[in-house]
Amino acid sequence: MPVITYREAIRHALAEELERDANVVVLGEEVGQFHGAYKVTEGLLAKFGPQRIVDTPISEAGFIGMGIGASMLGVRPVMELMFWSFYSVAFDQILNNAANVRYMSGGQISCPIVIRGPANGGTNVGATHSHTPENILANHPGVKVVVPATAYDAKGLLKASIRDNDPVFFLENTMLYGEKGEVPTEEYVLPLGKADVKREGTDLTIVTYGRSVLHSLAAAAVLEKEHEISTEIVDLRSIRPLDLDTVLASVAKTHRVLVVEEQKPFCSVGSQLAYMIQREAFDELDAPIHKLATIDAPAIYSPPVEVEQLPNPQRVIKAALQAMA
Amino acid sequence: MSKKTSANTEKTPEPAHGSPHRNAAINARLTADEKIALHRKMVRIRRFEERSLRAYQGKKIGGFLHLYIGQEAVAVGCCSLMSANDHVITAYRDHGHALAVGMDPKPLMAELYGKATGCSKGKGGSMHYFDPSRNFWGGHGIVGGQIPLGVGLAYGIKYKGLKGAAMAFMGDGAVNQGAVHEAYNLASLWNLPVVFVIENNGYSMGTSQARSSAGELAQRAAGYDMEWGQCQGHDIYEVRAMMDKFLTLAREKSRPSTVEIDTYRYRGHSVADPDNTYRSKAEIEEYRRTKDPIQLFQNQLLSEGVLTEALIEQIDTEARAEAENAAEFAEASPFPTVDDIQQDVYWEADNPSERKSQGRLFFD
Repeated sequence: MPVITYREAIRHALAEELERDANVVVLGEEVGQFHGAYKVTEGLLAKFGPQRIVDTPISEAGFIGMGIGASMLGVRPVMELMFWSFYSVAFDQILNNAANVRYMSGGQISCPIVIRGPANGGTNVGATHSHTPENILANHPGVKVVVPATAYDAKGLLKASIRDNDPVFFLENTMLYGEKGEVPTEEYVLPLGKADVKREGTDLTIVTYGRSVLHSLAAAAVLEKEHEISTEIVDLRSIRPLDLDTVLASVAKTHRVLVVEEQKPFCSVGSQLAYMIQREAFDELDAPIHKLATIDAPAIYSPPVEVEQLPNPQRVIKAALQAMA
Repeated sequence: MSKKTSANTEKTPEPAHGSPHRNAAINARLTADEKIALHRKMVRIRRFEERSLRAYQGKKIGGFLHLYIGQEAVAVGCCSLMSANDHVITAYRDHGHALAVGMDPKPLMAELYGKATGCSKGKGGSMHYFDPSRNFWGGHGIVGGQIPLGVGLAYGIKYKGLKGAAMAFMGDGAVNQGAVHEAYNLASLWNLPVVFVIENNGYSMGTSQARSSAGELAQRAAGYDMEWGQCQGHDIYEVRAMMDKFLTLAREKSRPSTVEIDTYRYRGHSVADPDNTYRSKAEIEEYRRTKDPIQLFQNQLLSEGVLTEALIEQIDTEARAEAENAAEFAEASPFPTVDDIQQDVYWEADNPSERKSQGRLFFD
């Protein structure tokens, strides 16, 4: 099976869907002539032309709103935000229009739009460029939130997102773009809302998503070798819809839970997960649910310190040992 | 009328049929029946709005109610030019536009009552009317937030190779929103077929134009290399003459434009607005007396011999009855149930046979 990067996997998904459906268009800041700020869309302009690969001005509220309007007429826009952090500039459009219009119209209108782009910290770009908005986005009924951890998942989930008739927010961790993984050449689509057990184990369930999956896998190897703890890792892959069944099945097996997320800890996805797990599997738990998130402050710039603010394998190991105590 | 002063000193009464545009081609070819239909539509809007106000005062309607009374010639004039390929989007003062595109008053009134038979199943309310089957895309509650969507409709028209135009309505207050300027830029940059329609009624809620907006509103379009125009909104012939020009520009040349239509609302920004702090009763009375769009058009059609006093009476009686029937329909309709609250959130959940996802959508 070919080994390609996460970035290339997303590009392949875009190309295949552009090929498959003439209504799909890619719009965003620098997606065309500049080949994408993170080079995700490299080569697409040459292949599909300026009608399908459209460079937008730097005006997030304007072009995101435009995409939402076009999606109501049956265009299927895939909008790239140069950084997901800029969602705040387009927040009115994302929430008042994309998330609400189906409901406010009594189900008469749908917005089959995908908004995608790099999110999260780790690149030492400070507080304005390191947002982790999945909890804020997922708080709004009507939208879907997808956070792929691997190249394989990124391709299959993006293809599903583009075909979905609800607005989908697709969050790519900037630090994952260069990560490589096996991706088949045959077409495949991964359903939204199906978690993936990335590692089987018997002593501790780590529920996680995004880049934290990689940290958790690295930590699990150490926990196995040095502490004889067998860790199961459940990768949610999408926050909404949420595959709680896979999480609960794992909890029934291990009876201990650590949630790992690259999120501010207060009112986070992990907070919601901890609530749901205790409600539905209280009798299965042998210990309180632990949660590892970023250290609660805006993203720090200082490069070696930002590593410590985010989840990392050492912090996951420490939290896992607490969860096992 | 200049909106740069809140006093009425610059307003001068105009002759009832003083419009230089009544003989414009788009108006000259109107048949008598078509003229009567325009008049009928304006009367229907007014009577619907008056009836909805009574329902609100009777505590049958919740939330806000932004009445369109006084502005009828704008929506009716603009929407009378719609072809099957044209699209409309507007803000929260949307009853006039909804009726102007031909929506049935019954589901509109039921929506105000919060009934399941409402045009948005009681989920949208006064500010959120929709009817995509009539190319009417709402009904949006955030000032100026609908304008990028209007550009998106124009983008969709162009991308799909359709031959229509989009009309994106906003009030004078919206012109100060950043999203509107981003939308202007995109529309002009990409040659999109959209007409931005500023319905300038002089007040952004309780703040007069003089206190809220620098410079001329429509003229701001020039900064985006867009054509623009202004006209009086109490004269439906003027509205149609100007809109015809800019809709043709959009449909045939795929160029956007901005038009500013001077108009006036008799009622407050919404019914919650006591309307005694920011403008005088005399100002409202003066407008009613000299520039009422329905009265002026009625006089015009009387002088043309198209309308008779008897027909005017009949149209009015029918419009009142229609509004009353709509209220009775709303009154008799059921409310949505608590189970209905979670319908129409996701397309996927409402179309289970097409269900692709496996997880829970959090209906918790």
